[in-house]
Amino acid sequence: MRHLSASLTAPRRALAALSRHRRRKVAPFLLLLVCLGVTGGAYTAFAPSPQAEAASGASVESIKDGRALFLRNCSSCHGLNSEGSSDAPSLIGVGAAAVDFQVSTGRMPAAADGAQVEAKRPEFTHAEVAALAAYIASLGPGPAIPDKDQLDYTNVDAAQGGAIYRTNCSMCHNFAGSGGALTHGKYAASLRGVSAKDMYEAMLTGPQSMPVFGDGTMRPRDKLEIIAYLKTIEAQSSPGGAALGKLGPVTEGAVGWIVGIGGLIGAAVWLGAKAR
Amino acid sequence: MSDQLDTEPGGERIHDGDPSGTTDVATQRSLETPHSGGELETRFRDPGLPAHVYRHSDIDPKAAKRREREVATLFGLSTLGTLLFIVAYFAIKPNDTSGSELIDRVGLSTRLLGLGLGLALFCIGAGAIHWAKTLMPDDEIVTERKPMRSADEDREAAVEALKEGAAGAGLGRRKLIRNSLLGAMAPLGLLAIIPLRDLGPLPGDSLGETAWGPGKRLMSDPAGRPIKPEDVEIGGVVHVLPEGIEKSEHRLNEEAKATAILIRLAPEDLLAQRPDRKGWDVSGIVVYSKVCTHVGCPVGLYEQQTHHLLCPCHQSTFDVPRNCKVIFGPAHRALPQLKITTNADGYLVAAQDFQEPVGPSFWERGK
Repeated sequence: MRHLSASLTAPRRALAALSRHRRRKVAPFLLLLVCLGVTGGAYTAFAPSPQAEAASGASVESIKDGRALFLRNCSSCHGLNSEGSSDAPSLIGVGAAAVDFQVSTGRMPAAADGAQVEAKRPEFTHAEVAALAAYIASLGPGPAIPDKDQLDYTNVDAAQGGAIYRTNCSMCHNFAGSGGALTHGKYAASLRGVSAKDMYEAMLTGPQSMPVFGDGTMRPRDKLEIIAYLKTIEAQSSPGGAALGKLGPVTEGAVGWIVGIGGLIGAAVWLGAKAR
Repeated sequence: MSDQLDTEPGGERIHDGDPSGTTDVATQRSLETPHSGGELETRFRDPGLPAHVYRHSDIDPKAAKRREREVATLFGLSTLGTLLFIVAYFAIKPNDTSGSELIDRVGLSTRLLGLGLGLALFCIGAGAIHWAKTLMPDDEIVTERKPMRSADEDREAAVEALKEGAAGAGLGRRKLIRNSLLGAMAPLGLLAIIPLRDLGPLPGDSLGETAWGPGKRLMSDPAGRPIKPEDVEIGGVVHVLPEGIEKSEHRLNEEAKATAILIRLAPEDLLAQRPDRKGWDVSGIVVYSKVCTHVGCPVGLYEQQTHHLLCPCHQSTFDVPRNCKVIFGPAHRALPQLKITTNADGYLVAAQDFQEPVGPSFWERGK
């Protein structure tokens, strides 16, 4: 026994030294930092780099690639033939624009079952999204991904866009595109920082709770005018002071009451308090 | 100088814990206060004013010096605020620019001017109050309230003057004047009542009918384009107004009543609708009034997946597949449905006006 413990002394001493260091308060943070660094480094080293944009026009190749990607990543919910299931809708006829919107904004594949599928870091490269879109578009006719010329909103009437936006969009997305609440945890997303393509595709395809604003009732020019309006008000500064999220009278009232009236009450209390 | 500062209330006496040492005029006065009411006196004694508590700055010259510096700092901040105002006024000239830069400059200028002015005024006030509270004398002083009643000779003189005036006016003698004055004053009340007529005229049928009518095309709002059924995709929504409403005499009133929302449902979603509403849609396209039946907000939030239509004001929720029945919120009546059909050119048109008054309840609604 004594012999055994003697032979363990050296490692035990090393362990003791380690545990002494471990007890330092910074140690866990340093360890975490190192682990994170290693993970991140390994990821950048091994992760597939974004490939060049796939050529538009669905080749047989990309449809095939898209099908392979679909079977691996999407079919567990959307069905082997994209016919849909109790968990997810059918994708036949939703068109390439819907796939591009859902996948390139990271909404699909969904992270979890919930009230609403949220935008997050996209899982697929541009080429993979294009292949998936080509595959889904090959299943049935649907809205196509708008190209760059279709998305040029520089020479359209932003004021007219404001009129269209206020009638059709502002009830959910707020007058300044700040987004807003719907029922049971669902919400209309904020439109600030959203690319013109994503907004265009969302109007075209009506993702999740959003209604469809197809080209028949909202012409492509109307859509561009809405985008121009949103981009214009997003770029505007707020000369009146802090915008408070541009949420309207509720936040402004809350801040006014809490900061303004609170400050006045504080001043009154100070005035009335006896000095020590 | 106040006697409190003259006597220099030293820390010693307070530290001795001798309460009588700090007794001042106020406390002595309270002890002399006469009590009335025999029984009360045995149970309650007027405790008088609490003993005067000296401030740190009264006791400790160092603390007084510190307070002095604080006050001076506040006044100094006020000077800085004034300087900020002047510098901002001359440094930022919004008029030199145009467009969005002008707006930015105006914003910056306004904020800095406001900050400077605010700092300058607030710090003078705060400094003055801090000075008064911590360094100026703070003895409690009792001032007896003066009696409200005037002196007897003044009261008599006033009554005399009134009597003389009344006799001079001759109100008792000159009955004609008195009566005509009463006659002039009595109808004055009418002046307050008659303008109430402007609240009318009574609405009559105007709240019961809208600009919709048989054959009126559905025009998209705000573009004003007619709609064909094939233009609307399933899950699509269009906000619609009746054709020609822009030419009506009271355009905003008419739009407020006639505004409607067009929704295209999948045919299978319409199976739960009321049997008497069959045929009110055109291949799944239904149109409902957009005016909430609660207090009249525009019901416009449509959730495509649940087919719920929400009012943004009080979250009244209408179930579109079941003829916009209320399923949540303060509204009590379903949204009125507009029966639609197509005309010879294939455009969507109203088959008739709404069959009930749109919007919230009003007195004459049931008649």
